[in-house]
Amino acid sequence: MAEYRLEMHGVSKSFPGVKALDQVNLCVRPGTVHALMGENGAGKSTLMKCLFGIYKMDEGEVLVDGEKMHIANPDEALHHGLAMVHQELQPVPDRTIAENMYLGRYPLKSVGPLKIVDHKKMNEETVKWLENVKMPFDPKKKLGELSISQMQSVEIAKAVSQDAKLIILDEPTSSLTDNEVEALFKIVRDLRSRGVSFIYISHKMAEIRQIADDITIMRDGTYVGSWNMEEISDGEIVKQMVGRELTNVYPPLDNTLGDVLMEVKGYTSINDRSFKDCSFTLRRGEILGFGGLVGAQRTELMEAIFGIRHIKAGEINLNGKPITVKCPHDAIKNGIGMITEDRRGTGILGCLSIADNVSIASLDQYLEAGVKLNKKKIEDLVQDNVGKLSIKTPNSKELIQNLSGGNQQKVIISRWLANNPDVLIMDEPTRGIDVGAKYEIYQIMIELAKQGKGIIMISSEMPELLGVSNRIMVMCNGKITGELEREEATQENVMKYATQF
Amino acid sequence: MKNKINVKDTLINNGIILLLAVLVVYVSIAVPAFRSIANLKNLAINAAPRVIVALGVSGCLITKGTDLSAGRMVGLAGCLAGIMLQKADTPGKIWPNFPQLNVFVVLLICIAICAVFGLINGIVVAYLNVPAFIGTLGMQMIVYGIALVITNAVPIGGYRADFTTVTQGNIAGVPYLFLYLVLAAAIIWFVYNYTRHGKYMYAIGGNESAAEVSGVNVKKTKIIIYVTAACLYAIAGFLFSGKSGGASVNLGMSYELEAIAACTIGGVSVNGGIGRVSGVIIGVAVFELLKSSLQFLGVNTNYQFIAQGIVIIVAIALDIRKYIAKK
Repeated sequence: MAEYRLEMHGVSKSFPGVKALDQVNLCVRPGTVHALMGENGAGKSTLMKCLFGIYKMDEGEVLVDGEKMHIANPDEALHHGLAMVHQELQPVPDRTIAENMYLGRYPLKSVGPLKIVDHKKMNEETVKWLENVKMPFDPKKKLGELSISQMQSVEIAKAVSQDAKLIILDEPTSSLTDNEVEALFKIVRDLRSRGVSFIYISHKMAEIRQIADDITIMRDGTYVGSWNMEEISDGEIVKQMVGRELTNVYPPLDNTLGDVLMEVKGYTSINDRSFKDCSFTLRRGEILGFGGLVGAQRTELMEAIFGIRHIKAGEINLNGKPITVKCPHDAIKNGIGMITEDRRGTGILGCLSIADNVSIASLDQYLEAGVKLNKKKIEDLVQDNVGKLSIKTPNSKELIQNLSGGNQQKVIISRWLANNPDVLIMDEPTRGIDVGAKYEIYQIMIELAKQGKGIIMISSEMPELLGVSNRIMVMCNGKITGELEREEATQENVMKYATQF
Repeated sequence: MKNKINVKDTLINNGIILLLAVLVVYVSIAVPAFRSIANLKNLAINAAPRVIVALGVSGCLITKGTDLSAGRMVGLAGCLAGIMLQKADTPGKIWPNFPQLNVFVVLLICIAICAVFGLINGIVVAYLNVPAFIGTLGMQMIVYGIALVITNAVPIGGYRADFTTVTQGNIAGVPYLFLYLVLAAAIIWFVYNYTRHGKYMYAIGGNESAAEVSGVNVKKTKIIIYVTAACLYAIAGFLFSGKSGGASVNLGMSYELEAIAACTIGGVSVNGGIGRVSGVIIGVAVFELLKSSLQFLGVNTNYQFIAQGIVIIVAIALDIRKYIAKK
């Protein structure tokens, strides 16, 4: 038997403008759980996509059980015994467990000239495989009636039924309760003892400690190293994950802080697996950063404050007065604006002009006689912003979908400048934007803070978070786990709180 | 090089209109009666109420909805107007004891009644999140049922002179109907281009989630759209009924489909967010010209339906093509 179940050597992958993976290695021993850790954007998912042939790697080789392989697509990967349980499960909830297990490979039987699905065989086989992972379910039950963790177990059973020797679990516990995590670990341990290997992608330190045998750490698309779990301490793992030089340049943070502008108390989502009991304050003229890893529920918390999501408990005081926010309209009326993370999905009005995109949140200001919009006033506003934010566009009638990502983002920022809220929440404000435009956006944020507004910035880029925040709140698993003043905010400190659970 | 591609795209995107233009030119030459003043007037009279229906439907389409109850609402309003405006001495008068109201009061009553159904459409679509396709399909059947109950499927005729004057009259050779069309189009054009409601409508069609995040009251805007649409159907129904001097429950049948097709031909995108009043008018005109051209060419009415159906499918396929090309 080969020493390693899976070996990946010198894997590199470039996308236009970025080197996503640079000479990454990963070696997984048979019958072990191998943790793969790294910050957001470290390249874990890209590496897995290269392994499964979803992306074509530029360089590097893959060996399965010591044999060199070329894997072109997930189907081929499965033939070689590699299976992936996705972070977002993609089952068909309205069909039965058995049908999901055998999706795309239904056993057939002949009835005269016809080939029909052999339900009896499919159900019997399913029971067998479910027992394999200690899940005594009725195979005829609809998959959608199971809990997420049970669906995950079904996915694992499916992988095992397809003779998988290596199963990749991508953030498997992000939406599970403690008991469910324990149940999942039991299955993983059991399969491990029978020789199945796992690659376990997670941000949660405690879990990694509990389940993993080995660990590989990645940072910014590069390979940092691999260790046996016993050889490395938690502190060392954090250090290796973030150990980069902070070289990026940020504009000077010369805003001054005023008194308390907004107070959020005990915000708790109606979804039990989302944010719980989150409290924080925001001062006038402050840029408050929210750090954390994917799945920390930062976006969910902010979207709830803005009224996109619902809460079962919590209150907000704005300017010393309690406010009720049930929908974005309420939030805006009270002086809260939000630039959402998903620019395409909830930001731009693609088939409308720049002028329409800028003015949509502040049309009330341009009404004449309460009815007619003053187009000249709107045009002035748009021109003002196009100049101030140096938006590159031929004219204000250009459709926003024809602009670059950075310019689109500036248009969305203009939308809120025109609306002039007291509090502006910016969720990943520089995602997918080139370096020059990023710098300009930071300048705008600081300028707004100087005008006495409160800015909340969610950022998953550590240097940005440290570079432009006056103060940082760190979240993990739906809870606020740390608050760091600018002086004490280091990569290690943020990461320590971000992997608290 | 770039210009060349644009020319080709423009040709394909406006293919229907161009083909019909060719057809119209051909028919004008082949059958001179087609280009007579009388026929043009006839075209305008036929198109006018249809434009009003299409304007109503356009708002629903721009917000990625639709309104399948349009035609039946036209029918209901037409029947109601007819019943209320029957001459006092008409034999078999449906509501013999109904007072002789002013013709405009009757119009307002029709509008008010249809507005209620439009409100229900709006609530069903905006608050209950029922797909507009299904919600308004249900309303289509309900409204038809109500029209049947009211009329007992008896055709209505014997209109008062003031009703026929208002709907069939001319001023300096220009039919009143044409003036109503101009007035309705001007108002809707103003609403679409110069009011907050219009901007919100386009924003919802462009990206409903983004509109909501920008503070647009999506539910209220949608309700206003469906109510406005219903009011327009009521006006159209009133006009159809008066114009033809009689009504039956079959009035307005499948007008919503013609209206949707006309909007699409006129550039109202079924993917939402795009559509202009001028386009809607062009769309209806194209459709009426097609019908008239085929008539003048002596094409059997049965074949006309086939031709119209083909035009609808091709128009929507071309519209979708534009959308995909942009991605």
